[in-house]
Amino acid sequence: MSDTLVQISNAVIEGRVKDAPGLTHNALQAGLTAKDILDKGLMPGMDVVGAEFKKGKKFVPEVLLSARTMQASLDILKPLLAEAGAKMTGKVVVGTVKGDLHDIGKNLVGMMLEGSGFEVVDLGKDVAPEKFVDAVKKEKPNIVAMSALLTTTMRSMGHTVTALKEAGLRDAVKIMIGGAPVTADFAAQIGADAYAPNAPAAAELAKKFVSA
Amino acid sequence: MESKLIGRKTEVLIGPDLPTVIIGERINPTGKKKLAEALRAGDMDYVRQLALTQVEQGAQVIDVNVGTTGVVEEVVLPRAVEMVADATGLPVCIDSPDEKALPAALKICGGKPLINSVNGEEASLARVLPLVKEFDASVIGLTMDDDGIPDTAEGRLRVAEKIVERAAKLGIGPERILVDCLALTVGADHRAALTTLTAIRLVREKLGVNLALGASNVSHGLPDRETVNGYFIAMAIAAGVNCPIVDPGKARESVVVADLLTGRDEWSQNYLAHYRAAHPES
Repeated sequence: MSDTLVQISNAVIEGRVKDAPGLTHNALQAGLTAKDILDKGLMPGMDVVGAEFKKGKKFVPEVLLSARTMQASLDILKPLLAEAGAKMTGKVVVGTVKGDLHDIGKNLVGMMLEGSGFEVVDLGKDVAPEKFVDAVKKEKPNIVAMSALLTTTMRSMGHTVTALKEAGLRDAVKIMIGGAPVTADFAAQIGADAYAPNAPAAAELAKKFVSA
Repeated sequence: MESKLIGRKTEVLIGPDLPTVIIGERINPTGKKKLAEALRAGDMDYVRQLALTQVEQGAQVIDVNVGTTGVVEEVVLPRAVEMVADATGLPVCIDSPDEKALPAALKICGGKPLINSVNGEEASLARVLPLVKEFDASVIGLTMDDDGIPDTAEGRLRVAEKIVERAAKLGIGPERILVDCLALTVGADHRAALTTLTAIRLVREKLGVNLALGASNVSHGLPDRETVNGYFIAMAIAAGVNCPIVDPGKARESVVVADLLTGRDEWSQNYLAHYRAAHPES
């Protein structure tokens, strides 16, 4: 692998936001494609960050900083990727469900998904079931990922699954859910496809869904 | 301004010059498998144990939250509140957004309990304040409204003002509102705790009300959360918080030391009692 790509991976791992644009331009000038930089520079970097986070060796602010570093590079790459019609891993609609304002976990999941090459449509927080339905219609994602941090708002996840069923869209997407009070049993109970205990696990699950 | 909560055997006073009152947060099943299972099975003995442990650790008010999957709050919350009120004799902080469970638990509780919580959303004000009035309770007022959590200290003050004004219209005095300025996560926004501390000072200065604070959220995603929480609680007490909602087993020392250093512990008596309890041989 080229030195430039290793440098980009390392910048992501170490969260050096300021270095990201320069390294990205260098890589492009050296003739690497945007897709190469994403697949062989940014993604392996975020993989390391996700693995370290899962092991308890990296912490939330460090993951956020790494994600921001990746974002600084992606800002340059995204137009090029679109221009080249590069095939992304898949598309995911993410959101924190209705009534719930907790977005750190949801943001981490979104970043990890981008770090795995997914196109992420972030609906934000306090997202009503109808909004998820509209987004599925419009964006045609492979996956819908919902977050809830409160026992009171978890119910809204079930309402979203029901709303997707009623709109005839349930089979068009995989649904995964997560958040502190959420469990695998609960996922089964409301008819979601899976539960992810943390952000890296969510990205791994998403990869499995699109490769299946 | 002093706030008074009344349990079955004990009265608790909260005020700016009084020792800080710990509201014990541990009866809450979110992220606690054993408690969630006990609540699903209707095993109130475990709830009782958790309450008594927190009393030993220095809690003077016990928060009771039973919200988890497989639990019908309307049935379980009154049972848990009864168990805690009876076993401890302390005021209970009834923690539920459930429309039916909250009044059911208030009916059983008696005394002057604390309700957790109301916020500046119109629906919340309309639903909770009448219960505060009917049951002669006090209430924790969260500084968020229909637009979410204000980013600025001034914004949070405005929500606190709104809650106090709406309560006054129903004849509920400001001493019955314990304002919580909301601790957000410092790992996601490095100024989050600073905003909370500034809001606490502003609310204390402008409204003079007593202040609660759910503090643990501040350290989410960081290692050694207990240390971060401990310093934050001490800083929050210095800024004006006088009834933090915390795990007393972990936060008690910070509270006792903060009281010692902010003129709330005459002749260092509480500090020395805490020291002796921790060092029985000396």
